[in-house]
Amino acid sequence: MTNTFNKVSESIRNASVWQQKYREIMLLGKTLPSLLTALKIDDALVPGCESKVWMYVEFDLTENVLVVAGDSDTRIVKGLLALILALYNGLTPEQVLQVNAYNEFEKLGLISHLSPSRGNGIKAMVEKIQTMAKQKLI
Amino acid sequence: MATILANNDNVDITMPELKFDITRVRHDFPTLNQSINACPLVYLDSGATTQKPQCVIDTTAKFYTDENANVHRGRHTLSENATIQYENVRAQTATYFGVNSNEIVWTKGATEAINLVANGLRKQVTANDTIIITPIEHHANLVPWQVLAQQTGAKLAAMPLNKDGTFDTELCLKFIKKQKPAIVAISHASNALGNITDLPAIIECAKSLGAIVVVDGAQSAMHLKPNLKILDCDFYVFSAHKMIGPTGVGGLYGRYELLNALTPYQTGGEMIQTVTLYESVYRDAPAKFESGTPNIAGITAFGAALSYLSQFRHAEIFEHEQAVFNYAHSRLAKIDGIYLYSSIKNNIGTLCFNYKDEHPFDLATLLDGYGVAVRAGHHCTQPLMAHLGINGSVRASFAFYNNYSDVDKFIDALQACIAILD
Ligand SMILES: Cc1ncc(COP(=O)(O)O)c(C=O)c1O
Repeated sequence: MTNTFNKVSESIRNASVWQQKYREIMLLGKTLPSLLTALKIDDALVPGCESKVWMYVEFDLTENVLVVAGDSDTRIVKGLLALILALYNGLTPEQVLQVNAYNEFEKLGLISHLSPSRGNGIKAMVEKIQTMAKQKLI
Repeated sequence: MATILANNDNVDITMPELKFDITRVRHDFPTLNQSINACPLVYLDSGATTQKPQCVIDTTAKFYTDENANVHRGRHTLSENATIQYENVRAQTATYFGVNSNEIVWTKGATEAINLVANGLRKQVTANDTIIITPIEHHANLVPWQVLAQQTGAKLAAMPLNKDGTFDTELCLKFIKKQKPAIVAISHASNALGNITDLPAIIECAKSLGAIVVVDGAQSAMHLKPNLKILDCDFYVFSAHKMIGPTGVGGLYGRYELLNALTPYQTGGEMIQTVTLYESVYRDAPAKFESGTPNIAGITAFGAALSYLSQFRHAEIFEHEQAVFNYAHSRLAKIDGIYLYSSIKNNIGTLCFNYKDEHPFDLATLLDGYGVAVRAGHHCTQPLMAHLGINGSVRASFAFYNNYSDVDKFIDALQACIAILD
């Protein structure tokens, strides 16, 4: 697991009650820089979400590493996005495929946020990251 | 911003004594008696779907265990019994709404019923016609009319709506007289706000000008139990799952001559009189709209739901719902920073609200942590949200199985959520 992720998720891991967990998630969301308004376009929206989630997943061609950016109009989803970013940003395609977001969210007690019914866009983001990494390796 | 009722100390909080045997009723709904996230479930999402009493669950199981057969087909005992049962529930539904059995068509829900009417009217609508819709409609009662307008060249016209999401009946009547519509499609109660529409005046005015009035009754069918002959609309749609019945069942009421004049939009078996290779003669309504094998188990179970409701006088249910809703509304209005969009008068029991500029999604997620089930979002009413100047809201919707204690738990949880957010 990457050090960045361990560091950012520490306070969530240490939260003793769920209320504290959500407080930490929202605080984490606050540290995530907002996307420029010019980037908050409908084309970047994850479709079918109750909340608005904009996401950009690209590979930096020279460095061959993943660059993920995103934003949300809700505080909880924005915090969860920050976790995903910490998990995947800067990884090579090989490294991306070795990271299992489901396991990490499970360990943090947040797995329900990756369930298909949540419709919060986080699951879609993980899937897009995984698919892009796989395509890179073909 | 619409109605702002922050910290409104003028509102009296009253809790009239409930005559209704709510303890027994809650016992009949097994889903209610569980914990979510280690808290007792407070189910406030009946606007999306109601919970089901044990008798509905048992009837479904019994059908598949002992009674399963297709209807209107086999000449054997099970099939005959299933057919009798199926038609009995149609009669029961007709009685519930005060109409005739042959005026009830089974569908899979309100959405399909509206589509059936909108498609069925296509041959009768021309480019010179106007269809009145309203800004409060659920997308299910908007999109089919948009499609009909596109296909026929008819014009859509949106009924005027006050800033706060209520109708001014006088303005509506003026608008109808000016537009001279061929069709008026309107909800009996708003799913997002719970506000009840003043239908009698609107229906009388529209019909005096020759319009066909289609009422979306998805939200009113259980809470208001309208007598449709007295209401005098031409069509009315409902979903069983919002009336303590199963999902996948609903229906359309149509005044018989108008119903029978609709063109079927689905064709196939069971709906025909005679078929040759090149043409077919349809049966009369309702059969001609019920091609294919229907949801027999669901319809049978819906019969159990109607029987369950019929043990109460409707006024008893309504009074109880109103008492709990009024208590909830006045408690919510007292919380600082709450924006409340639902009117307290003429409401089926729905609270549509936001807290400061917090996202409804965050609030609903946190409420779920306390076992409180509410809906967050635009509630399939984007035009209404736009009208109110918001992106979405939290919606807490009540039913007769809710009690004062649900309200207390909801308000306590909400205050705890606010403490997390602030
Ligand atoms: C006012 C209104 N109309 C139509 C519908 C659609 O009902 P169904 O999804 O059961 O077809 C709903 C359901 O939410 C509703 O609230």
